[in-house]
Amino acid sequence: MAALPFYVSPEQLMQDKAEYAKKGISRGRSVVVLVVQEGILLAADNPSASLYKISEVYDRVAFAGVGKYSEFENLRKAGIRHADLKGFMYSREDVTGRSLANAYSQLLGSAFSQEMKPLEVEIVLADLGTDGRPDEIYRISYDGSIFDEPLLTAVGGRAEQLGALLRERIKAPLPLPEGLRIVRGAFQEISEAPLPVDQMEVGLLDRKAVGRTFRRFSRQDLSGILDTPV
Amino acid sequence: MKRTDPESSASPFDSPSFLDCLKSLGYWEPASFTGSVSGSAAPVPHATTVLAVRYKGGVVMAGDRQASEGYQVSSRAISKVIPVDRFSCVAIAGAAGPAIDMARLFRVEIEHYEKLEGVMLTTDGKANKLAQMVREALPMAMQGLVVVPLFAGYDAGRGAGRIYKYDPAGGRYEEDAYHANGSGGLFARNALKMLWKEGMTRAQAIEAALRALYEAADEDLGTGGPDFVREIYPSVFTMDREGTSELPPAEVARYYRDLVDSLKRKD
Repeated sequence: MAALPFYVSPEQLMQDKAEYAKKGISRGRSVVVLVVQEGILLAADNPSASLYKISEVYDRVAFAGVGKYSEFENLRKAGIRHADLKGFMYSREDVTGRSLANAYSQLLGSAFSQEMKPLEVEIVLADLGTDGRPDEIYRISYDGSIFDEPLLTAVGGRAEQLGALLRERIKAPLPLPEGLRIVRGAFQEISEAPLPVDQMEVGLLDRKAVGRTFRRFSRQDLSGILDTPV
Repeated sequence: MKRTDPESSASPFDSPSFLDCLKSLGYWEPASFTGSVSGSAAPVPHATTVLAVRYKGGVVMAGDRQASEGYQVSSRAISKVIPVDRFSCVAIAGAAGPAIDMARLFRVEIEHYEKLEGVMLTTDGKANKLAQMVREALPMAMQGLVVVPLFAGYDAGRGAGRIYKYDPAGGRYEEDAYHANGSGGLFARNALKMLWKEGMTRAQAIEAALRALYEAADEDLGTGGPDFVREIYPSVFTMDREGTSELPPAEVARYYRDLVDSLKRKD
């Protein structure tokens, strides 16, 4: 007897893949990227002190990833290679968040449509504005869809609730200590658990810095910022 | 060009080296030796005097601003001291073009490692990497385009500044007090020999460095002195616990004005 022809409709296939990716991402913790007066703040709920979710990519560009560590780590490294190559061959000013975000979008998009298993990641690319060019925050989803977020974005488990909560409380760029306090409060409310300082991974693209603007805060830095009176 | 897509060639055990990445993509052709050795190669701009001086808890690095082509000035305001990262600088002497290229590549190399790995290379690691790059440039050196960098950095593990000098064959030697390179290097070293003291402060080390550059410019035709007319002064960087910082040109100018005043004959 001949085997039955194996057929799955494209709609079904894509839906299954999307569901699979979403499930993977929603199991993890989240990251918030927020424009503050001092620059662009990247904050993650991350119990590990060495397996980073946020990272410097280039002078004014930072990366945040959630989902499967091995997958977004690979993407992070590819992004750094791409940026360093471009900056070396042309000039440092020619490296932009937009072109990197496009590259990520295409990479994730083709992985989603061509590979058996989609990447279970969601990433954010922040590009600190300069000389009248505004700050840019791009969110790139597991299927390659790309969103330009004006003020803030949240990715990872319960990102939608987190994002909605933050958008309700933040309407315009705040000073860094206040922004960080609100983000921490939102993390705690969503997870219904306290978030100690040593479980937070926080970085900043610093408007005041020249050259490489990314800076990672130590635990002491963070306690200092959170204790700053408003 | 073999590949243009870095993602597709990524392996988890890929080298964290940017130079390896350039090579694997086919963007880097190592210099090759053509077989002709000439003592005086084509006249290209040469960077002249650079130096580094250790002090208590740090190191100062300085260089004059002139590039010379034989007896002619080819540039009055090039920068020979190039910050590499938060805690180190490289200073270049020799054929200016390839030297600046090497410093630029070295900077990206160190930065690339730090970003990929999430930690900075150790001072020794950076110095060794630079030695490899100098060795790779040996064929060019044989053809007359000699590049000899000087590397200095603050070593957080030791809480001290460190200085490394190189030879064109890639030899790497650590200096425990000071070193100067380039056409005026000998004169600067002689001056530093008199001026250097164990446990100097930052201010004393800066003063010694500026004085040594002045002496080098005084004796060596290729080295530029303080240029009061165009207001071009040697560049000076210090590296310590606080990171790398450049001394404002106004301060350098003030030092040289005072020095020149004190050197004028009074009778």
